[in-house]
Amino acid sequence: MSAMALLLPILILAVGTYAFRLVGPAVHGRVRLPRFVDDLLGDGAIVLLSALTVTSAVFEAGQFAGWARPIGVAVAVALAIVKAPFPVIVVSAALVTALLRLIFPGLDG
Amino acid sequence: MGVRAMIGLLDRRTLQDIGLVVVADAIVGLSFGAIAVGGGMPVWVPIAMSLLVFAGGSQFAALGILLAGGDPAAAVAAGLVLNARLLAFGFAAADALGPGWWRRLLGAQIITDESIAFTLSSDDPDRRRALFWVSGVALFIAWNVAVALGALLGTIVGDTDALGLDAAFPAVLIALVVPALKDAALRIAAAVGAVLAVGATPFLPAGVPVLLSLLALVVVLRSRWRRRDGDGDGSGGRGPAGGAAGSGSGLDELGDAHPFGPAGGLR
Repeated sequence: MSAMALLLPILILAVGTYAFRLVGPAVHGRVRLPRFVDDLLGDGAIVLLSALTVTSAVFEAGQFAGWARPIGVAVAVALAIVKAPFPVIVVSAALVTALLRLIFPGLDG
Repeated sequence: MGVRAMIGLLDRRTLQDIGLVVVADAIVGLSFGAIAVGGGMPVWVPIAMSLLVFAGGSQFAALGILLAGGDPAAAVAAGLVLNARLLAFGFAAADALGPGWWRRLLGAQIITDESIAFTLSSDDPDRRRALFWVSGVALFIAWNVAVALGALLGTIVGDTDALGLDAAFPAVLIALVVPALKDAALRIAAAVGAVLAVGATPFLPAGVPVLLSLLALVVVLRSRWRRRDGDGDGSGGRGPAGGAAGSGSGLDELGDAHPFGPAGGLR
């Protein structure tokens, strides 16, 4: 991808994100957000992140990514449920995936 | 109020809490930079993204879609949906940025899950300002330095798949999202959304299936919002900020969700 094709989405995301941040301080908290909107924003972020988690665990460029990655990610899920520290969750997922590829080279097809 | 005066307002325990969150975020930033460059992005991409966007969840989301060869418009849309919650944060902590336009313009950029969670932990106006600026600036510096180091690391490490770094990105998301899935309706919405996204992936361009998950949100959660709207306004202040503007579920979910400790989760 060309530099411009990468810079443009970054700039649009940056400007949009900054706009979200600035509205509250700009009106100096004088206006309250309706509860419905507040809930919608928080829930929307979590549903979208959940979908992104699963698709990025299972697919690589629209194709099944092989078994090593989803197994590593499943380990991360178990560790997150038992409230392991953040670095432990991330490093374990990477380590399990890397070891599976090392020990079972055929696993990713 | 100068920097020293602000730090002086915070006790050692609070500064330690901020320090722990800074360290944890630096690890995430390191992995963001390494994954971006290891996945084939030029070094300036993760660095520019981190300085300009400064919102980790959306950075990972947009990067993941771009690396998967997805439509840049879908990458932007996913990032913006994730960052829409910052709108609620801006309302909740507007007072902590301080008076004057330049403070609001600069302060807006360091509004994150973490800085807002620290800010809302106090009711005292001066302390809120100190919490917001000290945690926000520390996180901004740490995040961007870590991403730049990670990007350089990515240039040294050739095959990031052999290190399992491709599993690090979904693992980061899991660490952020699992603690936030406390409520049954939200868990159902998340599951239905994930099924929709997975089912649509073979048929739709990258990035679009993830956006499709938002349909589940509307279907499953409509009754929940209606219920909350009914009993919400009379019950007065919730959470540590008391009656501060806009401390609804967006903040509750993210504020308690932090995998590292006291602060919010999705930056």
